[in-house]
Amino acid sequence: MIEFISQPWPWYVAGPLIALTMFLLLFFGKNFGVSSTLRTACAIGGAGKLSDFFDYDWKSQVWNLVFVGGMVIGGFIASTWLQQPDPIPLAQGTVEKLQELGISNPGEQYLPAEIFSWESLFTLRGFILLVVGGFFIGFGTRWAGGCTSGHAISGLSNLQLPSLIAVVGFFIGGLLMTHLLLPLILQL
Amino acid sequence: MTKAQVISWFRIYEMFRFDAFHMYGIIGSAVLLGVIGVALIQRFGIKSTEGMPIAFSPKSMSIARYLFGGTIFGLGWAMTGACPGPMYTLIGGGFSVVLVVLASALLGTFTYGLIRKKLPH
Repeated sequence: MIEFISQPWPWYVAGPLIALTMFLLLFFGKNFGVSSTLRTACAIGGAGKLSDFFDYDWKSQVWNLVFVGGMVIGGFIASTWLQQPDPIPLAQGTVEKLQELGISNPGEQYLPAEIFSWESLFTLRGFILLVVGGFFIGFGTRWAGGCTSGHAISGLSNLQLPSLIAVVGFFIGGLLMTHLLLPLILQL
Repeated sequence: MTKAQVISWFRIYEMFRFDAFHMYGIIGSAVLLGVIGVALIQRFGIKSTEGMPIAFSPKSMSIARYLFGGTIFGLGWAMTGACPGPMYTLIGGGFSVVLVVLASALLGTFTYGLIRKKLPH
């Protein structure tokens, strides 16, 4: 059993599980949207004194913090007991492009060691990707009113036009970064 | 998330290069089942455990907000290879430097809260 679930899961297992997660939350009277937890955390931290955007009844959102706490635990379980030794089977074109950009062994681990390490954080390249990138996530999701879970999954499931516009935005930003800016940042 | 490599920076990079079907299969199958499920909930008026019918509040219409906000998030998604969900999963998986990404994201949300009235919505 452990061996069976320790294999990498194909897309047609992961996608339906994500949909199931959304439906479970709906059945319990909640909704699926992870980036709202960032707003809740700001509200708990007292940001409501500085902006009325954070001045709301955050206690009604505590369930979502419990939900992402579950994601942390899930990440721990999967990485600790269900780890597979095989590298990620990336497309050949992706591997070649990354090697050209100076990323060694693409897919051997989950994250490129050249970016995701404490040493890298103190380089210009690492700082831009981790700190500025993180800031864009927090700022952009709140401006757009949702992230992948809230817009791409929940919003599109509900056939909402605003979510489709947001997803188009996600791809404008993602394509701009991947094809134009990332090659420059990785050279730093 | 971990087992299907959704948390991998490499998979997100590959997705934005349109090199593999993997991520599109995951998001696409989730949305397809989501559309079917939501339609069924609405058709049969299914109630939640709290006894209220499951309702879907329409998001208010705007182009600037979703397009600009979405684009900024997209930049961050391609940089860190993580949207907010996988960020938490990565931290649980022991990638401690992602705590810095989460802290920056909190700062980003906080900054949005401060200047939001100056932004087009």
